[in-house]
Amino acid sequence: MAAVAGAIAAQRNLFSVVVLAGIYSFLMATVLVGLDAPDVAMTEASVGAGISTVLLLGALHLCGGEEAKPVARPWLPLAIALVIVGALVYGTLGLPAFSDPGAPIHVHVVPRYLSEALKETGVPNVVTAVLASYRGYDTLGETVVVFTAGAGVIALLRRARRRGGDAEEEAAGR
Amino acid sequence: MRGFLVLRVVAKLLIPFMLLFALYVQFHGDFGPGGGFQAGVIGAASVVFYALIFGLPAARRLVPDAAVETMVGLGALLYAGVGLAGIALGGNYLDYFVLGADPVSGQHRGIFWVEAGVAITVSGVMLKIFYMFAGRGRNLDSE
Repeated sequence: MAAVAGAIAAQRNLFSVVVLAGIYSFLMATVLVGLDAPDVAMTEASVGAGISTVLLLGALHLCGGEEAKPVARPWLPLAIALVIVGALVYGTLGLPAFSDPGAPIHVHVVPRYLSEALKETGVPNVVTAVLASYRGYDTLGETVVVFTAGAGVIALLRRARRRGGDAEEEAAGR
Repeated sequence: MRGFLVLRVVAKLLIPFMLLFALYVQFHGDFGPGGGFQAGVIGAASVVFYALIFGLPAARRLVPDAAVETMVGLGALLYAGVGLAGIALGGNYLDYFVLGADPVSGQHRGIFWVEAGVAITVSGVMLKIFYMFAGRGRNLDSE
């Protein structure tokens, strides 16, 4: 995955970048299956590697396939990024070890979800039970976020199309 | 891309199975991995696939814009409506226990409708975004 990420950063041809990003998503989905999270892996494979690749190719079709040359050497952003990476890595050192059963997140409500979900909801897949029932408000919020994204795209692109048409008419008038 | 016989035949073979898989993921989400979000994306992906092979106008005839826009709002309203149904039947907002004869079947019913709402909104939004992006390119339509 690190190799694919490096290739994405180094590549100047945007078409290869899109294809590499799809490969990255599939690798990520494989990692998630390895972590026993097939629900998330399925989402990653279908959204990250499927739909977003198609959308990025569609966007590429509109704006051309070569990355623009940067105007200045981005040393300051690089330094800021390195500092943030350092801070995040330092932060992970304080987290409990991976799959530590005594970690705070695993002793709060998780045992109850795992032991009671089947009895209370009759749904064997705990992920679905937590998502739709125990965390129903959060999922409602997510659905509204998706709805807002769709409404935003409709609002933006509809207006842009009309404005683009006006600009073409103006250009034709001159 | 209408001239490619292999692509057309493969697409016609695959798309029914993709739709079937979306329904499987939707209704089997209680037992295996998956749920409304994944099912919505897979369903939208099958229509996107159809649009890529047979052209955007064909897909727009199959799933018209008005239907897609209705789906975008309908799913979110369905989800919120399940919550309101809980209030109407004497529970709290998004309280599924009151929806059925006993709490477990109420939970089943609530989760089913909520997941259906998620799937409808997600597939509607994905399709709408694809239509919006693809509709802006002129060559894509004439291929």
